Amino acid sequence: MERAPPRSQTCLVGCTRRVTFLIRHQRNELTEQIINDLTIQAATVNGSGSQTANLVLTRAIFKMGIPVAPKNVFPSNIEGLPTWYQLRITPAGHMARTDQVDVLVAFNPSTWREDLKSVRAGGAVIHEEAFSNAEARADVTYYPVPFSKLAKSKIQSETLRKQLANMIYVGVVAGLLGIPWDAIEHGVKRQFLTKPKAVQVNLDAIKVGLDYWKDNFSKTDPYRLEPMTGLVEGKVLVEGNQAAALGALMGGVTVAAWYPITPSSSLCEYLIAYTDRYRIDPATGEKRVAIVQAEDELAAVGMAIGAGWAGARSMTSTSGPGISLMAEFAGLGYYAEVPVVIFDIQRIGPSTGLPTRTSQGDIGFAYTLSHGDTKHLVLLPGTVEECYEFARDAFDYAERFQTPVFVLSDLDLGMNLWMTPAFKYPEKPFDRGKVLSKEDLDRLGGQWARYKDVDGDAVTYRTLPGTDHPSAGFFTRGSGHDESARYTENADAYARNMDRLSRKLETARAVLPAPIVDEATGSKVGLIAFGSTHAAVLEAREALAAAGRPVDYLRLRALPLSSEVAAFVARHESVYVVEQNRDGQVFDLIRLDLPAGLVERLKSIRHYNGQPIPAIAISEPLLQAEPVPA
Amino acid sequence: MSATLNRIGLQRDAYKGAATTLCAGCGHNSITNHMVKALYELGVEPHRLAKMSGIGCSSKTPAYFVETAHGFNGVHGRMPSLTTGAQLANRQLIMLGVSGDGDTASIGLGQFMHMIRRNIDCTYIIEDNGTYGLTKGQFSATADIGSVQKKGAVNTFQPIDPCAVALTLGCSFVARSFSGDGKQVVPLIKAAIAHRGTAIIDIVSPCVTFNDHDGSTKSYSWVKDHEESIADVSFVPFFEEVHVDYEPGTVRDVELHDGSHIMLKKLGEDHDPTDRRAAGHLVTGLLYLDTTMEDFATTEHIPDMPLKDLSEGELRMTRDDFDTFMSEFA
Repeated sequence: MERAPPRSQTCLVGCTRRVTFLIRHQRNELTEQIINDLTIQAATVNGSGSQTANLVLTRAIFKMGIPVAPKNVFPSNIEGLPTWYQLRITPAGHMARTDQVDVLVAFNPSTWREDLKSVRAGGAVIHEEAFSNAEARADVTYYPVPFSKLAKSKIQSETLRKQLANMIYVGVVAGLLGIPWDAIEHGVKRQFLTKPKAVQVNLDAIKVGLDYWKDNFSKTDPYRLEPMTGLVEGKVLVEGNQAAALGALMGGVTVAAWYPITPSSSLCEYLIAYTDRYRIDPATGEKRVAIVQAEDELAAVGMAIGAGWAGARSMTSTSGPGISLMAEFAGLGYYAEVPVVIFDIQRIGPSTGLPTRTSQGDIGFAYTLSHGDTKHLVLLPGTVEECYEFARDAFDYAERFQTPVFVLSDLDLGMNLWMTPAFKYPEKPFDRGKVLSKEDLDRLGGQWARYKDVDGDAVTYRTLPGTDHPSAGFFTRGSGHDESARYTENADAYARNMDRLSRKLETARAVLPAPIVDEATGSKVGLIAFGSTHAAVLEAREALAAAGRPVDYLRLRALPLSSEVAAFVARHESVYVVEQNRDGQVFDLIRLDLPAGLVERLKSIRHYNGQPIPAIAISEPLLQAEPVPA
Repeated sequence: MSATLNRIGLQRDAYKGAATTLCAGCGHNSITNHMVKALYELGVEPHRLAKMSGIGCSSKTPAYFVETAHGFNGVHGRMPSLTTGAQLANRQLIMLGVSGDGDTASIGLGQFMHMIRRNIDCTYIIEDNGTYGLTKGQFSATADIGSVQKKGAVNTFQPIDPCAVALTLGCSFVARSFSGDGKQVVPLIKAAIAHRGTAIIDIVSPCVTFNDHDGSTKSYSWVKDHEESIADVSFVPFFEEVHVDYEPGTVRDVELHDGSHIMLKKLGEDHDPTDRRAAGHLVTGLLYLDTTMEDFATTEHIPDMPLKDLSEGELRMTRDDFDTFMSEFA
């Protein structure tokens, strides 16, 4: 079987050549039917309305009870550049991206030749009839459709023609794969929840495609969709940024400041939409949240820190370039001990980088963001459910430890739809941390010191502005301060304070979300991963087990590193840290944390081309380095 | 009430802070004293005061008044954003920002302008000496063209005039004064606090160490010779009866948001705020006032009850709403 080499850049430490070993695909017999196990890729033009068509298709198939995993690959552009939508359909519910395309919908003349190359042998190609397939591949099935002509002759509305033309391919795909009409209807109605008038005109356009399919084609490819039960019941499709916005709402955010940046903008936009719905007092019109679109990221984080200082649960959300701008304020938050939650929806850098492509490249930077000795609490959600939970709990951690808390998501997790169990309603009250009230100060006879470690956990007591007690006030500053918050340049006082901040991190280390460890395989080989890489790891582990090389797995969920990490390494002969950055940033952090004797056990697998990591980028290099025993 | 106690029963000393660490004779110390006087006479409750600042000599001064109040000495030029956040967290706070000309006219010019654009409810005092004191006397962006540094270097660049910037942005309260003119500064501070919106007071405040020589336009002697007050300013707080000394028709009386009054008695011909350098004068006084403009928190429908005090029940959606919300993702 022929297939294109993986597009991912996979690198193994100590290995100088590109790894090309392939796991043999188990579906060689293409004459057999392939049911509910295929990847559709729609290649379209940005700004043409194709995303709506893709989402209708996604929701229709999901409605059939079939697990779906959509990935939107889009350019930094408003209109005209190529864009791709990958819809992966697997009975196992695999949610990582794959390099293997089974059904191509080719709508974009400028990428048509390249798109065709991405289809696996035996695949199906729906394409605009006008595209020449002369000299094209002979090992795929073509379904040429005159989309432009159909749009002109069958769609009456000139203003909507461009958008609705995309819907025609939904109809063709429905015919090709056998998607029932009621599922299509559901998809359209769901997509146009707030615009019910648009439902019929879109259904009509889809019908044009479906009729064309029925009138002109008979099926010669193996792909079929059939309704399933038991896999998607109780599950929903949610973007990570939607989940995080909901988490922030349920976590009690009351001040949010942000500056638009892809791929983070939608987080605060969803927060605005959700709080417009759930935080406005219908009687008075008062809004129980303040959301400010700031003039830049410097101001956004400044507002959030000002609000955190004054006692609000506050946040900002940004991506890499914004994180760079926030560095100085992050240091102030750390040193002056002000709670704030900072979301970083990572894109690929450095500099502007590829603004609409994904990465886990900010983690090393965010962890120590600021000049001087600084370490922050970093949460690493690996699923959209964790985007919700960690966003919600980040406000507790920020107030409990009186420090900035970073939540590191990424474009793949944040902007794509993920299938997930419905989220749970929070049962715990807020943890507002050590705040002294007027009554507390009365009880203490006014005797307290802002930076004095009373409880031995290095977390000190604070008061909030507005506390009506003559001893409440203190001066918060980013300059040197003693236990009573007075300015000092005293050497001992400085070192003592910095040591306490270091101990505070130790207190937090034991409290933050612990790694999730799966050692059921009993293997001597382990994997460590975090964040959106999780989906690819799950799939890679299945493939590796099937190939005779099962591996254990530790999923990291926070920094500073849990002591579990070193223990996991100690229990395995070799451990591979998988991450989506060039330099192995977490690999480095773990190595620094390990006892000398364990350092050599740690190896690195990295993926950094801006595309979400596919499973094969993990399983291939791992099998290369750890061959299956003969 | 004892003569030494203000309306909330506090002595003037209650408004004092730590001992200053600025140079003897620094204009900023005078402004600190004016602040103490204004806050004492207004009867501001110290616990409701939030003293905000950036970085520099000026930004140290919030430690030197009302020691029992909360203060936040942030990062350079970023006082406005900290103030915005704190104000939104708790509308009950009286936000009093102090920054310098380095903070305001250079690194923080953007934040200064955007704070005005939003009309955040706060007082923003610029202690303006035209020089970077803590780094030993470089020109700041408010230094006048042609003014001379202590060691003889001549400033060749146009100054940025914070008041002119504020006026062009439609700032709801714009004033300029001189640190040596307590009679004017004190009522301006009181009026700024009573005003609901961004109140800018650019106070020329000579740096005795680096910018008080001949050739400087921010020196004591230059300002004394060139100050041109456009109006006598007097302030009547809401808790006192308005009692007018002036002849009818000579005074403009404006009621502020909290019921206080500011009274302006014209001294000379009409001033032209855009003609700032033509006469070589430093025009002082209340340059612009608009009491009709809504402040940001009002526009945004932020409740008077501090957002920081809201509980789970007020912030989380109900269990039923949550279930409905989740089901919409199916």
